[in-house]
Amino acid sequence: MIISIASGKGGTGKTTVAVNLAFSLDAKVQLLDCDVEEPNAHLFIRPEIVDTKTVFTPVPEVDLEKCSRCKKCAEICRFKAIIVVAKTVLTFPELCHSCGGCMAVCPENAISETGRELGVIQKGHKNELDFVSGRLKIGEAMSPPLIRKVRACARPGGLTIIDAPPGTSCPVITAVKGTDFVLLVTEPTPFGLHDLRLTVEAVRLLKIPSGLIINRSDMGNDQVREYACRENLPVLLEIPFDRRIAEAYSVGKLLIEELPEWKTQFRLLLPKIQAIVAGRGKRT
Amino acid sequence: MKELVVISGKGGTGKTSILAAFAALSDNTVLCDADVDAADLHLLMAPEIRQRHVFQGGGTAVIRPERCSQCGLCIELCRFGAVTADFTIDSIGCESCGVCVDLCPEQAIDFPPKNSGEWFLSETRFGPMVHARLGIAEENSGKLVTLVRKKAKKLAESRNRELILTDGPPGVGCPVIASIGGATAILIVTEPTLSGLHDMERVADLAAHFKVPGMVCVNKCDLNPEQARGIETMTRRKKMTFLGNIPFDAIFTESMIQGKTLVEYQPSSTVVESVTEIWAGVKRLLSKDQRQ
Repeated sequence: MIISIASGKGGTGKTTVAVNLAFSLDAKVQLLDCDVEEPNAHLFIRPEIVDTKTVFTPVPEVDLEKCSRCKKCAEICRFKAIIVVAKTVLTFPELCHSCGGCMAVCPENAISETGRELGVIQKGHKNELDFVSGRLKIGEAMSPPLIRKVRACARPGGLTIIDAPPGTSCPVITAVKGTDFVLLVTEPTPFGLHDLRLTVEAVRLLKIPSGLIINRSDMGNDQVREYACRENLPVLLEIPFDRRIAEAYSVGKLLIEELPEWKTQFRLLLPKIQAIVAGRGKRT
Repeated sequence: MKELVVISGKGGTGKTSILAAFAALSDNTVLCDADVDAADLHLLMAPEIRQRHVFQGGGTAVIRPERCSQCGLCIELCRFGAVTADFTIDSIGCESCGVCVDLCPEQAIDFPPKNSGEWFLSETRFGPMVHARLGIAEENSGKLVTLVRKKAKKLAESRNRELILTDGPPGVGCPVIASIGGATAILIVTEPTLSGLHDMERVADLAAHFKVPGMVCVNKCDLNPEQARGIETMTRRKKMTFLGNIPFDAIFTESMIQGKTLVEYQPSSTVVESVTEIWAGVKRLLSKDQRQ
C-alpha cells in the first residue's frame, strides 16, 4: 500500500506526519521524499545514505552532418526547445519536456538523446526504515520528472509513505497519482482551508480515498472541521499546538520521541487508513 | 518602477501575512499574487474583481474513436503513459507535447487548447492587485506566473505606481524561477528550524543563480533563538542582507481569521513593530539599488 501525504498549503506539517507515522509503525516501512524542491524528511530521519545517484532526463542532440534542416523537429516541439536557424539547429535543453517528438519525427535519424541533469536521488536506511529522497538541482525548473524517478523506487508489495510537495498542480499530482490513500494535513485557518479545498478537488479528480489530519488544531476556527463534515472527509487525527512540538521540530527531533504519548496516535492511523481503503474497495 | 518578490523556500513561514502587512504600511504599490497554485493573498485583501480573463495552457490530446484504427503507435510514442490500453487519453497524465497528435497515421487525435485557469485585475483597499487561479491539477504554473507579473508591471506603469509587491510560491522549481527572474530584489521569509534553514539556503542559491539580490527575515524567531542566529550567519555567508526577526505570535492566525492585515488588526504590537522595521530595511535596500 502507498500512502501519500499532501496539504495544498505549505508548512502545515506534512513532513512531521510522514516521519512520525513511518517511525511509529512496527512494520518495515519505506519513505519516499517527493518534495524534491525542498526535501526535509532526512533532517528528521538522519538516515545512513548508502547510494547517491545523479539523475538525468533525456534531451535532444542533433548530428548536423546528417541533418537536412527540414525543420520537422521544430514543428513538432510545443515547448520551443529546438529551432532551426539558417544553417544550424539550436536546442534549449532547459525548455525540453523529454517527449521524444523531435527524435521520432526526424526523417534523417539525425537526433539522438543526451541527458539534462535533474538532481540527485539518495537511498539509505535508519533502523527498519528504507529511505529514498530526491533533490532538485538548483536552477532546474521541472520537478515532475525527478518525482517520477523517486516514485519508481517504491518497493512493490510493502508499505510506502510519500511526502508530497505543497500546491495543487503538476508536482503534487505526480507525487500522489496512483497511490492508495492521500493523508491530507492542514491547519484550521482561512489559508489552510482555502488550500485544502483545492487539494481535495485534485484528489477527487484522481479518485483516491483520503482522510484529514488537523495540525495546530486549537489555533484557528471551526471552519475546517465544518468543511470536513460537509464533504464526508474523515478527520483521522488532531494535533493541538504545543510549544514543545514546535521546539522539537526546530531541531529535527521526532515528535513521538519527544512526546511518546503521541506514538499510539500515529500508530492508530494505519488501521484507520486500511479500513477506509478496504471499505472503498467493497463499494466499487 | 521596482518589484519586491517575497518567497520562503519552505511553505507556511508567514510570507503572505508579512507581504500583506507591507501593503498596509506603504502607499503607491501594486499587489501581485504569483503563488498561483495556492493563492491566499486575496483572503486578506478582499479584492473587487474588475477584469477576469481566461488563461489558456497547452492543448490536451483527445482521440476520436471513429477514426482510430487502434494501431497502438500513440501508446508506444507517449512517454508519459497517458494513452490507456483502450485508446483514451488520461488528461491528467497528458504533458501537452502533441507527439501522438502529429504522428497518428489516421489523424485521429485532436489537440484542443484547454482553459488552465483564470487571472484577475482587481482593486483593494491598498491599491490595484493582479492575481490568478490555476485550474486544479493543471500544468504551466510558470507561464501563468510570468503572465500575472507582466500584467502587474503594466498596471504599475499605467497607474504610476512605484513598487510591485509580489507574493511568490514555495519551493525552488518552475513557478519560483518564473517569480524571481528580473525582480529588483527578493525577501526570504524563513523560520528558525532546521527545515527553514535548509530550504532558505536552497532558495538563496537559486536567487544567486539568477543574480537577484536577496534579503532575509526570520519569523517565529523565539521558537529557537539559536537557529535564528544560525540563519543570520547563513544570510551573511550567502551575501544577502539580514533585516530582522519577528516573534511567534497568535495574531498571525487571528488577523487572518478577521481577513485583516497584521497592521490593521493590532497596530501596536511587537509583531507590527518588527515588521515595520523590516519594511524600512526593505525600502532602504530598494532605494540603494536605484543609485547604483
